[in-house]
Amino acid sequence: MSFHPNDIARRTRLSSIALSVGFLVLLTAFFRTQVLDTEKYAMQSEENRLRSIPVPAPRGIIYDLRGDIIAENLPGYRVSILSPRVDSLRATLGKLSGLIPISQREIENAVRRFRRAPNRPTVVLADASVDVVSVLEEHRLDFPQMIIQSVPKRYYPDGPLVSSFVGYTGEITEAELNLPKYAGYKPGQIVGKGGLEKEYEAILHGKEGVKFDEVDARGRPVRTSSMRPDIAAVPAPPMKTNIDMKLQKQMAAIFSDTLMGGAIAMDPKTGAVLALYSNPPFDPNRFTGGIPVDYWKELNTDPRKPLFNKVIQGTYPPASTYKLATATIALQNKLVRLDERMPISCGGGMQYGRRYFRCWEKRGHGSLDLQGAIEKSCDVYFYQVGIRVGLSNLVAGGISLGMREKSGIDLPNEYSPVFPYRDVKEYYNRKYGAGNWSNSESLNLSIGQGNNSQTVANMAKFFTALATDGKTSRPFLVSRAPERKQILNLKPEEFARIRAALAGVVSERGTAGGSRIQGLIIAGKTGTAQNPPNPDHAWFVGFAPADNPTILVAVFLEFGEHGWSAARVASRIMGYYTGKLPAEVVVTE
Amino acid sequence: MSFARRIVPDLHLLTVAGFLSLYGVAMVYSAGQTDTPTAVAGVYKSQIVWLLLGMLGAYGISRSSVRFIEWMTWPFYFLSVGLLSLTLVGLGAGAGTAASTKSWLAIGGVRLGQPSELAKLTVVLALASLLSKRREPPKSLMDLWKPALTVLVPWVMIMLQPDLGTGIVFIGIFFGMLYWAGVSWPLLLLLGSPAVSLILSFSTGVWGAWFLVLLALVLWYKPYLIEGIVLVVMNIVTGVVAPLMWEKLAPYQQKRLLVFLDPSLDSRGSGYHVIQSKVAIGSGGWFGKGYTMGPQKRLAFLPEQQTDFIFSVVGEELGFIGVAVALTLFLMLFLRITKIASRANDSFSSLVAFGLMASWFVHVLVNVGMTLNLMPITGIPLPFFSYGGSFMLASWLAIGVLMRIAGEGKGRAVFTGS
Repeated sequence: MSFHPNDIARRTRLSSIALSVGFLVLLTAFFRTQVLDTEKYAMQSEENRLRSIPVPAPRGIIYDLRGDIIAENLPGYRVSILSPRVDSLRATLGKLSGLIPISQREIENAVRRFRRAPNRPTVVLADASVDVVSVLEEHRLDFPQMIIQSVPKRYYPDGPLVSSFVGYTGEITEAELNLPKYAGYKPGQIVGKGGLEKEYEAILHGKEGVKFDEVDARGRPVRTSSMRPDIAAVPAPPMKTNIDMKLQKQMAAIFSDTLMGGAIAMDPKTGAVLALYSNPPFDPNRFTGGIPVDYWKELNTDPRKPLFNKVIQGTYPPASTYKLATATIALQNKLVRLDERMPISCGGGMQYGRRYFRCWEKRGHGSLDLQGAIEKSCDVYFYQVGIRVGLSNLVAGGISLGMREKSGIDLPNEYSPVFPYRDVKEYYNRKYGAGNWSNSESLNLSIGQGNNSQTVANMAKFFTALATDGKTSRPFLVSRAPERKQILNLKPEEFARIRAALAGVVSERGTAGGSRIQGLIIAGKTGTAQNPPNPDHAWFVGFAPADNPTILVAVFLEFGEHGWSAARVASRIMGYYTGKLPAEVVVTE
Repeated sequence: MSFARRIVPDLHLLTVAGFLSLYGVAMVYSAGQTDTPTAVAGVYKSQIVWLLLGMLGAYGISRSSVRFIEWMTWPFYFLSVGLLSLTLVGLGAGAGTAASTKSWLAIGGVRLGQPSELAKLTVVLALASLLSKRREPPKSLMDLWKPALTVLVPWVMIMLQPDLGTGIVFIGIFFGMLYWAGVSWPLLLLLGSPAVSLILSFSTGVWGAWFLVLLALVLWYKPYLIEGIVLVVMNIVTGVVAPLMWEKLAPYQQKRLLVFLDPSLDSRGSGYHVIQSKVAIGSGGWFGKGYTMGPQKRLAFLPEQQTDFIFSVVGEELGFIGVAVALTLFLMLFLRITKIASRANDSFSSLVAFGLMASWFVHVLVNVGMTLNLMPITGIPLPFFSYGGSFMLASWLAIGVLMRIAGEGKGRAVFTGS
């Protein structure tokens, strides 16, 4: 042992230096962390304990033209869970399922949402009942990562009555999240799924807010944080529509439970859609917070296809309603005069080529002028007009009348009509093969059969030109400047005679005589679309009052058998709107 | 004993240790102040009780004599080894960041204390006893077999618990005391070479370079032939078996060492502790978030805030200033003890003093370094700060010993050998 004082002094000196160096190293490290890098760590410390919870914005309230509510928001409850990993989410869900009913599907959905956005609270129950929420509140301490939020939930006071145009809302799907249209959307968010809700999603959605909670290491909320101010959700502005809810209810009441089909009511001068209804409807309220499996199955297996919109998606042969197109094309091409009678008088049909073409009236109409032919809907007369106009002119005329275009109504998923294109030869060659068709196609086209299927909305749009000065009005549910397009160039007396003929249809002379209303002159045209082997479909497109129309209605009834049945529906709608008929009793199940 | 020498208390030592303990108790109190109250809220009370007990014991020891302590050395050494062995035969329990180890002596689930705390003291005494009996400082590795064995026996038991942190402390004590006993640098280096080989073995190239340096050192130092051969063989063994040793480490230990190198490896597991500790300290800034107000601690992001990570609470709540004050107090304590060691009356006392200092220094270095990720998480407490009865008691008993040594010291070290 060497304890010579000099050795001791040397070792003491060396140890003191070593100790001081160690001290300085530590102090430097702390200086770097606490003074130089402090902002970085201060931020991490803040991020640690601030939990951001998205606050959904209330969707825009949808009003009718009078200010009655079509769609609004009610307070609902949403249950979400924050988890670091899938397995801990599953564990929490497993624990939750011991307390409240959670289906396997809801669990899988939650996992899917988590995978998509792991840092957002994962929505487990989009619309939890008060019972479920009260059970969860009791066990709140057991689930520190659970967030129960009061969120606005969509509600349609008139439910099924408005489903045809308002659509419904639901959680954004995986497929939608991938679309550029939904850039910035997060899983678990609610989007419009159809109708106005989808069409005006960008407006109706509002802006999601953020709430900052201070939480401890186990995710238990401690207090609302004062560190960072919450970002309030911005509610979407209210949206006013052209819909007249009284008329809408009336329309739905007339359809009641027995008729299948659709109807649209418009202001022919502006294109404002006053009512739009497809029967049978669905209940959009049941879609809120996730549609129940059995209801979804029911809707999809119902042969009457409630989810299929008969006004903008169903395309059907326009049948005799199309005779107005044939007549106006012939008039504009100067191939027919108003008072002209056709060479072959109607005896229940006519021979063309090797085929005998029947008139719907087996007994025949005799000799008629154009007005009479429209009133009686004489096929033989229009066959001859069609032959005279010729196939290519008929098609070209139809195209110029908008028969190849969608109506452009402001609803999503409108179907395109079926109509030949301008190169008639090529069209039919491609369709049937060269030599397998003949000019007799023009006979079919002239009475609204053949390769011609139109939506109810598009036929309504065509008739807006007849109801006014030859300009169509594009149908709009949400008011904006009218979009009108001149499609008919007829002389005033030609317009007058056409309207007189349409008024004649709804007179004792015409095919819709049974739909007359005291004190209201209704102008319109019936149509009966052949639908073998099933019963024929019924059409009626018309407007009233005939001389200065305020309402135009197109009605289509599947298996309605004859146009007059659709005319009865339409005339009751117009009668109610013009105040000539009392309200029907609204039938609700 | 009417003529018993009056001991002039070393006020410097007493004051520094007293301030450190008060600072520590205040931090243990703060550690309990969380938004969601836990059992930690009340531990400061028992910490105060242990502190008072420790001070009482320190007083008692300072009234006894160094000779009595020296006489008690070997019985206590064997007692501590005996207690350590008990933890390995089914009476061990874990706690804190090392919950899966068996460093606690527990009977019927009641934790009685950590025998390793006692062992730290007795190993210092035993080494001092052995080294002070030599006239010359050990010149060869052969001369060191007794001190080495004295440390090795408890060290192996501690590593079997396994308690890596305390194991490091023992190594620190061993080398510190050899250095104070006058063992030359090259010999210390040769002695430590197998451990260096162990660490460097993860990279064959680096180990190869080290091995060449070692060979040069051996040729220059010219140890006995057999020593040289043993040394080289040892280095080869540790360099080669290290990867196999790695496999032998408990997974949580492997994880800790890996996470030490890269905390982001496991931001929710072991790395979580370090990340949260750094965040707590870093967010403290110059002056901290205020006493008891640290959000990282309050909201329980900081793990083991009353024991292993208590220094992070200091950093978060009292900022760089609080850290600097604490570290300065420690430095003052260590410099004072070094002085006491240099002035001790006899070589045993001197070695004991230096050994105790070395033990605390390693504690502070490893614990404080760990809070900043400069050291691996080894579950080693901070003297006078970390909550823990046996450590507080042992620390103050050590202060008592140092008081006695300081009191007997004549102001300069005296060669007392035979």
